[in-house]
Parts: sequence; structure tokens; C-alpha cells
Amino acid sequence: MWDYTEKVRDHFLNPRHVGEIANPDLDATVGNITCGDALRLMVKLDKAGRIADARFQTFGCASAIASSDALIELIKGKALDEAARVTNDDIAEYLGGLPEAKMHCSVMGMEALQKAVAQYRKQPFELEEEGKIVCRCFGVTDRLIEKIVREHNLRTVEEVTHYTKAGGGCGGCHAEIEAIIARVHGKAPAAKAPAPATMTNLQRINRIQEVIQSEIRPLLQADGGDVELVDVDGKRVQVAFRGHCAWCPVSDVTLKGAVQAKLRELVDPELVVEDVGERLNKS
Amino acid sequence: MSKVIYLDNNATTAVAPEVRQAMDPFLGDLYGNPSSMHTFGGQVARHVDSARERVARLLGADPGEIIITSCGTESDNAAIHSALATQPNRRHIITTRVEHPAVLALARALTQAAPDRPHYRVTELGVDAQGMINLKELEAAIDDETALVSVMWANNETGVMFPIEEIGAICRRRGVLLHTDAVQAVGKVPINLSKLPVDMLSLSGHKLHAPKGIGALYVRRGTRFAPLIVGGHQEHNRRGGTESVPLIVALGMAAELAGRNMQAEQTRVRALRDRLEQGILATAPAAVLNGHPEKRLPNTTNISFEYVEGEAILLMLDQHGICASSGSACTSGSLEPSHVLRAMGVPFTAAHGSIRFSLSVYNTPEEIDKVLAVLPPIIRRLREISPFGREKLAAAK
Repeated sequence: MWDYTEKVRDHFLNPRHVGEIANPDLDATVGNITCGDALRLMVKLDKAGRIADARFQTFGCASAIASSDALIELIKGKALDEAARVTNDDIAEYLGGLPEAKMHCSVMGMEALQKAVAQYRKQPFELEEEGKIVCRCFGVTDRLIEKIVREHNLRTVEEVTHYTKAGGGCGGCHAEIEAIIARVHGKAPAAKAPAPATMTNLQRINRIQEVIQSEIRPLLQADGGDVELVDVDGKRVQVAFRGHCAWCPVSDVTLKGAVQAKLRELVDPELVVEDVGERLNKS
Repeated sequence: MSKVIYLDNNATTAVAPEVRQAMDPFLGDLYGNPSSMHTFGGQVARHVDSARERVARLLGADPGEIIITSCGTESDNAAIHSALATQPNRRHIITTRVEHPAVLALARALTQAAPDRPHYRVTELGVDAQGMINLKELEAAIDDETALVSVMWANNETGVMFPIEEIGAICRRRGVLLHTDAVQAVGKVPINLSKLPVDMLSLSGHKLHAPKGIGALYVRRGTRFAPLIVGGHQEHNRRGGTESVPLIVALGMAAELAGRNMQAEQTRVRALRDRLEQGILATAPAAVLNGHPEKRLPNTTNISFEYVEGEAILLMLDQHGICASSGSACTSGSLEPSHVLRAMGVPFTAAHGSIRFSLSVYNTPEEIDKVLAVLPPIIRRLREISPFGREKLAAAK
């Protein structure tokens, strides 16, 4: 059942600020249709640099639409500097609160605003463009995760997922998110078990098989995909992705990278993974 | 809220008035334990027997082949557990990517090593764009270690039905047990297990107008069985625990009604479903049917509305008292859309906007008309809000 406040329902069913602005001064989109939500924010400034009009278009659930509308309620009429200080908490508070698992909708509102302002000022949008992508499924950077963990004093991966969606897909980045949480809260990350110093070819192949079977496949299968080991040639590991993974538009950057990272961590830091599976062309 | 239009019968169903009436005495005066020696307790045993006969009759089975359980999930777990326990040298299971979590989550858990048991190999067969498995792939996956093939009869999300008879023939030929999760099929399509090569079959009461908390597992006579729940001698030592007499009687009555309503499911319910489906596809642009158009349950339709998100559609339908469900990320309890639609290769753009309507014999033409009047404006409204699809939708006009 939906655990939404009356205010969320009202702004979802009767949004005040849907639409487009011709020749907007600010125009930014965050999210995308593949990830399940996206918000386009358009702003027109008056001569004094105040927000004269703002409109949104949103693809997403009720709380995403309500959060977009709330964002505009909060920024309209304000000077850009002042508007840029609106946070995701302000959005959630305006709506009388959001369910924990929907906090990422308010974060999307804040991101759209900050991106629009950064673009207008010709500055880099650091939450998206700087730092490194941690969650490849939803394209979330370490910058954003760090910011949200610090501002909301988050302690678990699940909380980070609620606020940013990071870690809500294949789960391959949970260790990285844990490391960020530890770093923000001033704890050293746990030391990794070192891989054995030398391995024969046969040992290496066996170990690769083991890691794929017990560590990698369950993760991919949980996501509707799969991977098969095709061949090992020295330090080159040839794999073929199956199912969802085979046609995922981002499988090149995500899966190969994720499989390689895992194998390097647990078997040999010099391994190189190649995807030799035939790509299904489904778009 | 005005009167509810309930089109979510694959999630659960209304308890039939006849079922409530049948179980009522066993919540009252007839509270005895069927295992007791005294007449007062013993008299309820024959009601349990007669309920079991009714369930057996619906399936074309023998009463001795029916084990009463607490739900469909327990039946699935018991079947898989038994197949593995009775064939300790076989450590391979074949299932599909589109199974209900009751099977899929267990199969995946079994691939992990645990201290108290070996770990198993699991083959998850993929499906094509219409949700169908490939029988050649199934046969090729069977090897000397295969203990069990577990495939659903009908998919809960799309209604797509697997060819159980052909699958059973392959399993027989290769000497492998076949279990089918028929939770969505029982009561909606005729089933005659006396003529089918199926070894085990799961069903759930609350999907056929009995209350929640009751299910059954069919185990073909001669199939070795190892109980999941060990305890008393109930269910011929195959499932411990004092019988839930009111729920068993309810399940019996529900099975009886399902048999009587089978014709209506195939004609009246199917016609209503078709009217709903065709009405939606004719009026809403960029709407796509998910799943095989023919090899499907008569009561289910799953439609994707591109460029809009499922939860938003459901919440707007809810304003009109219309109950349906969605495979979108926001409703799946995770951040990703339905595993069934993804296995079928439905693009994320469409999977996020998928809506399932599942009907029952209690639905009326007026209710369908109401949905057809209300839904297109909802989709239009959400597309006005969405930043996507403008050019494509304009071009389609």
C-alpha cells in the first residue's frame, strides 16, 4: 500500500507546475527512462535574476511527480543563489515527509536544481560529472553518495539505496558503498584478504571458475542475467553474458568491469576480462 | 471510496460466499481434532476426507495423492526439498527465469554451499520475447545429475502457459521428475493429472476463492516423498501439524466451485478479459501486450504503456477504486522492474509502465467499461507530465 501523505497525493494528482517553458534560462534533466525516473526542470529568470517561472516534466512514480512539483513551490520567486540552497530535506519536509524507500525522489529534485544552476553558471555539475561512478546500474557517483551519507548521517547500504538508488540494482557496488560510509564516518575500510602469491595455470583456471560460480553468477542471476566462462588464455578471461545482461545497454561498462574487478580482487590483479558472447540486438 | 473494481485476482481472490458458509461450522461447534479417538473429534475427519476428494477431483487425481499444506510457497518448497532428499546423488535442478520467487529464490539459495547440505547446480532456462521456453533447450539441459525439472504451469504476471504435457513427456523419456507450480493455473484451466506426465503439482487456496493460509501439493502415486515439515502422522506422515480443518473444508468447497465455474472462466471471463485488452490497445497509443497472445490464462492481461510509470498509473486507478498491479520498479519492492518482463527482453522503457489486470468470475461487463472509460485519460495525463515520447506519440497520431 502507498504510504503517502495527503500533500504527496495532492501534488501528484494536481501538480501546479507541469509543462514546458519556451526559451528557458535554465534547463536540465537528471535521471533517465531506463532507470525508472527522470526529471526535466526549466526555469525563466526575471531581470533581477529571480525565478519568474519554473516548470517540470517528470517520468516516475507518484512521489517523483510530487517531489518535482514541491521543488518548484520552494524555488519560485527566489533569487537563484537562495533557490540553489534548497535541499532534498526541504522537499521532503514540504510534502510532509516521504517513505524512506522514496527519499531518492527528493534527491532527484535537488540534483535537477543543482545541475540547472551549475549549467547556467557554466560550472561543472560536480555530483554527476566529477568523481567516479560507483553504482553502474543507476549511474550514481561517489560524490553524490558521500554528500548524502554526510548530510543524512547514513550508516547502511540500504539507507544509501533509499536516498540515491545506488546499490539497488545488481548489488555489485555494495562493498564500495560500505567503504564510502566508513570513510565519511572516519573508519578505515576492512583489509582485503591477499591473493596467493603464485599460482599455476590450472590453479588459476580453477580459482576463476570458483569465483564466477560462487561470487559472480548469483549476483547476475538475481538480476535476471548470467555469465558463462568460455575460456582462459593466460591472463585473458573470456566470458559470455546471458539473459538480461546480454542486452543491457550498459553491460559493456558495467558487467565486464564488475566481473573483472571481482576476479582481480579475488584471483589475480592482472586478469583481463573479454566479452565474447554474441550480443542480442534488442532496443 | 466508491465500490471497488477488483482486477487483481492473480494476487489474491475474494473468498466465495459458499466457501465462507462451508467453513463456518468448523470455526464454531465442530472444533474437534480429526485425529482424536472420540466421536466428537472424529466426526470432523470425514469432512477433511471429503474436502481432499474435492481437491483431487478438480485435478483429475486420487485423494491419496493430495497433501494439504499451508500455502503455495510451502508446496513448492516441499516438492523441491523432496526431489532432492530422495535422490541424494542427483544435484542438478532445471527451472526457468520467470518462476515465482517461491521456486526461484529457493533454487538460487540451493546453489550456495551450506554446512548441512551440498550445493546444487541450477539451470535457469530463459524465455523468448513472448515468455515461452524452448523445449530443445530444456531437453539439452537435462543430464545424469538432474534431480528435478520445476517449471510453472502459468505465469502470474503475464498469464503465459508453458506446454506442461510436452515438458512432462520429455522428463518421462529422460527419467527426471517434473514439478509444476500451478498456483495460477488451477481453477482457471482444466487439469487432468490422470492423463498427464506430471509428478508433483503445487496449488494455493487463496487464488481460487478460498482464504489465505491453505494450499496443496499433488504427489503422483509411486513418487518417493520426503516431508519438509516433520511431526505427527497427519497427511499420511507426509506433512506434520494438526489439520486446519476450517481452511481444508474451505479449500474443498473452493475446488468444487472452481470445477463448476471452469466453463465460465473459459468463456465469460475470457470474453471480459479480451474486451478489456482490445479496448485498451485500441484507445491508448504506444500500448503493448506482454506475453504470448494465445497461450495464456483466460483471465490475465499484461500491458505496457510506454513513457509512463506503473505506480503512478496504479495510484490514479486507485482513485477510482480500480485494483490492478504493475511490474514497475516502484512496485516490485526493489529498484528494478519485474524479473519476468526483463527475462522476456521487454525494454526497461516499457517494463516500468506495465500494468497487469487479472479477472475472476465475479467481474462484470460494467466494471470493464468503467476501466475503459477511466484508463485512457490517466495515460494521457501522465504522458503530459512525462518528458519522454512526445515526438513519437505525435507522429503516431
